[in-house]
Amino acid sequence: MVLDVHDLTMDFGGLRAVDHMNLNINEGEIVALIGPNGAGKTTFFNCVTGLYKPTAGAVTIHAPGREEETITALRPHKITERGLARTFQNIRLFQNMTCLENVMIGRDCRLQAGILGAIFRNRRTREEEEKDIHDSYEILKKIGLTRWVNEVAKNLPYGAQRRLEIARALATEPFLLLLDEPAAGMNPQETRSLVELIRRLRHTEDISIFLIEHDMSLVMTLSERIYVMDYGKLIAQGKPEEIKHDPVVIKAYLGEDVLAEA
Amino acid sequence: MISLQQIKKSALVALWFVFLTFPIMVIRVNTIEDVVQWRWYNILWVAIGSFVLSMLWAYMLEQRAKSGRRRKVVTRKEVTADAPLSERLRARLTEPRVRNRSFIVIGILAVAYPFVTSMYQTNIMITAMMYVVLGLGLNIIIGLGGMLNLGYIAFYAVGAYTYALLNLHFGVNFWLALPIGAALGGVMGILVGIPVLRLRGDYLAIVTLGFGEIVRIVLENWNSFSNGPQGIANIPRPGFFGVKMTLPQAMDYTYFIVIGLVVFTIFVVNRLEKSRIGRQWEAMKEDDIACQAMGIDIRKAKLAAIALGAVWAGMMGVVFAAKTTFINPASFTVWESIIVLCTVVLGGMGSIPGVIVGALVLILLPEYLRAFADFRLLLFGAILVIMMVFRPGGIIQKRRKAYTFETQTADSSAVAAGQSTGEHE
Repeated sequence: MVLDVHDLTMDFGGLRAVDHMNLNINEGEIVALIGPNGAGKTTFFNCVTGLYKPTAGAVTIHAPGREEETITALRPHKITERGLARTFQNIRLFQNMTCLENVMIGRDCRLQAGILGAIFRNRRTREEEEKDIHDSYEILKKIGLTRWVNEVAKNLPYGAQRRLEIARALATEPFLLLLDEPAAGMNPQETRSLVELIRRLRHTEDISIFLIEHDMSLVMTLSERIYVMDYGKLIAQGKPEEIKHDPVVIKAYLGEDVLAEA
Repeated sequence: MISLQQIKKSALVALWFVFLTFPIMVIRVNTIEDVVQWRWYNILWVAIGSFVLSMLWAYMLEQRAKSGRRRKVVTRKEVTADAPLSERLRARLTEPRVRNRSFIVIGILAVAYPFVTSMYQTNIMITAMMYVVLGLGLNIIIGLGGMLNLGYIAFYAVGAYTYALLNLHFGVNFWLALPIGAALGGVMGILVGIPVLRLRGDYLAIVTLGFGEIVRIVLENWNSFSNGPQGIANIPRPGFFGVKMTLPQAMDYTYFIVIGLVVFTIFVVNRLEKSRIGRQWEAMKEDDIACQAMGIDIRKAKLAAIALGAVWAGMMGVVFAAKTTFINPASFTVWESIIVLCTVVLGGMGSIPGVIVGALVLILLPEYLRAFADFRLLLFGAILVIMMVFRPGGIIQKRRKAYTFETQTADSSAVAAGQSTGEHE
C-alpha cells in the first residue's frame, strides 16, 4: 500500500467538506475518485497533498523501499519531497516561464545548490545546473513536448498545457502521481492520448496514479479501482464494473427520480 | 488612418480640458488692482494642444496594438531581418563583441567621469549610483520575488544608523561598518519578513509601508539612542589608509567606492537571478500554490528574497552616512521608498539593465530638469504616466532565457536529412 488515508475529515467553519474518508492505493495501481460537483474531491486532494490541514484523520505513505511515514499536515513542499506530486484542476502552470523552466521548477526539490553556490558558481553548482537542464529536457521528451521547449507556458495549446503540468509533476520524481481532472476541457482525441500517456507512465516510471475525473469513459477505461464521494462522504468503492451498476452511485449522479422511473 | 470618430473624440477631449483648465488658464485675479483678468486667448492654446496630444495618443495606442506580442522566446541567432527594430537592436547589443566593447566604453566613461566634470556633477552621479544599488536590491524583492515592499528605505536607515552609531560610540571605520551595515540590513529583512510571510499584494504593501514609518518614527523619538530629529553629525567619510583628503578628493574617492559597489551588486544580482534560487523566485511570483506543490519551500525562498534585497539597502545606508557625513530621520521618509520603487517599475521589473537605466533616469532627470523648476514634478509625473501606458513592462523589459540543446539540433537535422532523402526518391 503506497497511500493509506484513514478517517480524514476536513471542516471549513461549520461546513464538513470531507467526512471520515478512508481510501488506500496499492503499488502500481490506477485509482480514481469520482463524485458529483462539490462532493469534496478536490478538498480531499488538497488535504492529502498538504495544501489544507485536515481537521482530523491520518494520511500515511509507504514509498517503495522506504519506511512507512505519516504525512498528515506536513507542509506541501515536504510532502512533495516525500514523493507525492500533483496537478491542478484549473491549470496552474508558471504562465510566463518557458516549458523547460516549468519542468526545472519541478526538479528543484531534488537539487542541492544554495545561495552561496549561486553567487560563486562553483563547479558543483554548474554541473548540477547542466544536469538539471538535461534531465528536464529528457522529461519533456518523454511527455512529447520538446517542440515547445523555449515557449512560454501560456502560449501552449490547451492539451499541451495539461501535459506540461504532468511533466512538471513527474519532474519531482514521485512514486504517487495525483491528477486533479487531467482531462477537463480536452477534446476526445486529446483525452485518448492522455489515457495512453498515463498508462505508459505507470509502467515506465513505476508509479501509482490517483486521479479525480468527471469524464466517465476515461475513468472506466483507465482505473482499476474507483472510489465515489458525495457530500464529503465515501458512498461506494470497487471495480469499474461494480460502480457502474451500483444504485447508490447512480442515485448520487442522476438523482432519486431517475432510479424510481427505471 | 485618422477617422472622423477619432477627431470627434479628440474634440471632446479638448473641450473637456478647456473646461478643466479654465480656472487656472483663463481667470487671473490681480490682487493689487483688485481686478479680474480674463485671458480668453489661452482657451485656444489649451484646445489645440490637447486636441493634438489626444490624436497622438490614439495613434500611438493603435501602433502598440498593431505591433502585438512576439510569442516565442528567441535566441539571438533566430532574430531575422524583418523583426521589429527593438528586437534587432537587442540582438545586436547582446552580440558578445558589441557587448564587450560597450562595456569597455562604459567603464572608461565611468572612470573618467569625476576628472572631467565638476564636483557637483560627481556628487549627483554618486547619488544616482546609490539609487542604482538600491533599485537592484529592491528589484530582488519586487521584481524577482514579487513582493511589493513600500518600506524598503527602512533597511537603508538601518545601515546608515549602524555606521553613524558604531562610529560615534566605538569609532568603527567605514570599511568595517560596510559589511556590518549590510548584515544588519539583511537581519532586519528577516525579522520583518517572518511576520509578513502570509501576506500578499496590497496587504503586504500596507504592512511594509507601516514598517518603514515605524523605523523612521522610532529614530525620531528615541532621543537617547539616535539623537532624535537633530540626527548625528560629523560622520567620517570613507578613509584610505589614513590619507588626508580634500573635499573634492574625498568626493572622487567616494565615487569610485560606489562604482565598485555597483559593479559588485550587478555581479551578485545577476548570478542570483540566473541560478536555482532566481528560478524559485520567479515561480513563486507566478503562482505560489503551484510552487509549494512542486516542492519549493516558499517561506525560505521569500525570506531569502527579502534578506538578500535588504542587504544592499543596509550597505548603501552606510555609504549614504559616509557621503553626507550627517544623517537624521528626515532622510528616510516614505518618499524615498517610493522613488526606489519607481526606479524598479520604470526601468523594468526584474531586469537588471532596466533598473540601472531607471535609476539613472529617475535621479538625473529631476536634476537636469531644474530649469523647469516649477513644473519639475509635473513633468516627471507625466513621463511616468506615459511610460506606464505605452511600455508597462518598463524601459528595458525582462527577457526569458532561451536554452539551446545539442540533442534537439541533432534531432531536427536528422529529420531534415530524412526529408531530403525522401524527396530524392
